[in-house]
Amino acid sequence: MKEYKLALSDEVLMQVEKPARYIGNEVNSVNKAGDERVAIRFAMCFPDVYEIGMSHLGIQILYDMLNGWEDVWCERVYSPWLDLDRIMRKEHIPLFGLESQDPIKDFDFLGITLQYEMCYTNILQLLELAGLPLYATERTAEQPIVIGGGPCSYNPEPIADFFDLFYIGEGETRYRELLDLYKAHKEKGLDRDAFLREAASIPGMYVPKFYRTEYKDDGTIASFSPVYEELPKTISKEMVKDVSNTYYPMKPVVPFIKVTQDRVVLEIQRGCIRGCRFCQAGQLYRPVRERDVEVMKRYAMEMLKNTGHEEISLSSLSSSDYTDLKELVYFLIEECKKRSINISLPSLRIDAFSLDVMSKVQDIKKSSLTFAPEAGSQRLRDVINKGLSEETILKGSALAFQGGWSRVKLYFMLGLPTETEEDIRGIADLSNKIAATYFEVVPKEERKNGSVQIVASSSFFIPKPFTPFQWSPMNTREEFIDKAQTVKKAVREQINQKRIKYNWHEADVSMIEGLLARGDRKLSKVIEKVYRKGALFESWSEHFHYDLWLEALKECGLSLDFYTTRERSLEEIFPWDFLDCGVTKAFLIREWKQALEEKESPNCKQKCLGCGAARYGVGVCVEEKAAKAAE
Amino acid sequence: MRVRIKFSKHGVVKFIGHLDIMRYFQKAIRRSGIDIAYSSGFSPHQIMSFAAPLGVGYCSNGEYMDIEVNSHQGSDQMLTALNEVMVEGIEVLSVVALPDHAGNAMASVAAAGYTIEWKEGYEPLADLEKTVEAFLNRDTIPVVKQTKKSELSLDLKPGIYELTAKENCLYFLVDASSSGNIKPTLLLEALYRFAGQEFDPLAVQITREETYTALIDGERRTLVPLDAVGEKF
Repeated sequence: MKEYKLALSDEVLMQVEKPARYIGNEVNSVNKAGDERVAIRFAMCFPDVYEIGMSHLGIQILYDMLNGWEDVWCERVYSPWLDLDRIMRKEHIPLFGLESQDPIKDFDFLGITLQYEMCYTNILQLLELAGLPLYATERTAEQPIVIGGGPCSYNPEPIADFFDLFYIGEGETRYRELLDLYKAHKEKGLDRDAFLREAASIPGMYVPKFYRTEYKDDGTIASFSPVYEELPKTISKEMVKDVSNTYYPMKPVVPFIKVTQDRVVLEIQRGCIRGCRFCQAGQLYRPVRERDVEVMKRYAMEMLKNTGHEEISLSSLSSSDYTDLKELVYFLIEECKKRSINISLPSLRIDAFSLDVMSKVQDIKKSSLTFAPEAGSQRLRDVINKGLSEETILKGSALAFQGGWSRVKLYFMLGLPTETEEDIRGIADLSNKIAATYFEVVPKEERKNGSVQIVASSSFFIPKPFTPFQWSPMNTREEFIDKAQTVKKAVREQINQKRIKYNWHEADVSMIEGLLARGDRKLSKVIEKVYRKGALFESWSEHFHYDLWLEALKECGLSLDFYTTRERSLEEIFPWDFLDCGVTKAFLIREWKQALEEKESPNCKQKCLGCGAARYGVGVCVEEKAAKAAE
Repeated sequence: MRVRIKFSKHGVVKFIGHLDIMRYFQKAIRRSGIDIAYSSGFSPHQIMSFAAPLGVGYCSNGEYMDIEVNSHQGSDQMLTALNEVMVEGIEVLSVVALPDHAGNAMASVAAAGYTIEWKEGYEPLADLEKTVEAFLNRDTIPVVKQTKKSELSLDLKPGIYELTAKENCLYFLVDASSSGNIKPTLLLEALYRFAGQEFDPLAVQITREETYTALIDGERRTLVPLDAVGEKF
């Protein structure tokens, strides 16, 4: 009677929540079972639950690229949810690929994308359920090569011991070379170390076990160097030079169940010109490279047709800076209207254009405006180089209120470098001014929907590698909580306090994210201990246990403060200093000093700051020069 | 024009729940290029309604949904276009146009036929044929139905139109209308209890064979498949 192949029995599937997470077979998924040309089996994994992982564009891009090669079959893997995790352990069911339903241990590669620090314990779950040793040095020739990539690989050290290989930078460029090398080694009988040693010479590849760290007595790094002479001392990120002419998934996989990003995603550009000093992505993906607008139009139509999605959204770090945004958006509005497709707009800078667009694609009564001032005062916004003035915010709000909007969302950070009580109270003050603007510009008789609503949210600032703030101490947990209380009180003191709602993130998770973000190799033992104590899905606040981390740190003789609240000197060697993300350390130091002097820096379109990314000779670095030369 | 679509569901897609099947068809219809009608408003939705939800784990040879289309190129083209965009396990079996007087799919449902097979590793109910005969030979078949808030006692007998056993398989045709729907598991629980055993829902594979509507002609009530009220176009 059973005419299909599934790794899980009916009994198991009927017991777990959302069995459709585990059955594969989705529209546009690729099944190469029985295809004799397949020489490499690749499992691409997002270490979180299916609904989160399926919403990630990067995996769809790599899945499409790898499956486009006839000798490769790439499958997907996500973290089994807690209910299935328990069953798999109890019944010794090995982790499997969604497409073939075959055990992961029989694959050639297990690729894991590293999107946020709080999924690190889930990586260990995947390795253990797959039946692989957690530590790379213990793996044998028959076991898959475990490769990591994504933003967190820009400081891979806390998880370095668990990976055979990290791919630093954008995935489109070097996989073919890596897989060809692997095939050559596999044909003559794979010697894991011999393969990895050769792989380590491919640009962008980092094999952690071939690098050694020496520490000083104070716990900071004394030296970091390769154990073989031929290996590079510095590993440079890989980057796509022509973003209009590269891999893009025209047929993304369409999940059966509702996932977080249940829509066509159009990545219009990579990188950001802004240079906000807290933002890691803004540095990592330099220089800004825009995709050709005609290519984007074609992709949009093609992807809508191939998926049947009823919604499309634009993706980029700052869509308002995309040169042809107007043309693209008005094109989409027209085409999508014909097809009854919704357009979901990313947070655009609020101006006449964005309000016009929003009024066309959303129900004004139900939608809200979003501003991300990030800091409560102009002084602190200058420190973080957030080029958003109070005047711009109030003007934008006034325009929006006149257009019929009455709900505003504001995003802030607490704990930014040089922050004072005045900056903190500024959050309440700015919220109040926005509410006051509403009463100023909207006459009484036109106030509908129960007047204006301001929701201010704050997260806690976490210094990240490769940002000008990488030298900054992080606040203590107690300082964070006090600061949130200060904002809460200050909001209550405002005239329009009834119109303002204030939310803040949990401090505990931020502390551990801070620990892992700037951590070193000593932390692998801590992560393992936390995992052994039962931690999983820690990016889900209900599954996060702060005390487990404190316990594990204590057991390993390590201090949370060393990694988070400690003041770092400009001379200190950071765990990630051997990576070259495109911007130079000298540039980051200049920006750090500018910040402490409360000085703004211009964005890439205004003036080149000489960050180092111009060496790639692409994107905004050359376009602006060409434009200037033409003048 | 209103169109009724019949489809089957087998294999791994039996683990896709009803709401997700609806979402699946919304996307499939967009991929197929069918000129479906939309509601008005800021987030227009397709005019589509399903006959009867199918439980997770069930297979089917007789699922139905109605859609409204603005234009078309005939039922054969529509059937082909849909099957070109289906995943393995879901097949569109028929496409017919509904006459104006026909009720919507959900309201039209009067009965459904189910096949019950025992899965590998599970023993069928002992003496299946005799047990079924004795089970039916009673004046009433009382059961207690667990609802959200309370327990409800009812008699299954009037709603069982047919119940046969052969070769370790069960087939039954039961009331599936909104007022009198008999869930297959409710009937199976009653049968097992009658035989003095406990029913394990994991032991059986349930397949809905067909969904029926009732044609009323004076005193006569005839059950016909839901697509029998429409015609090819």
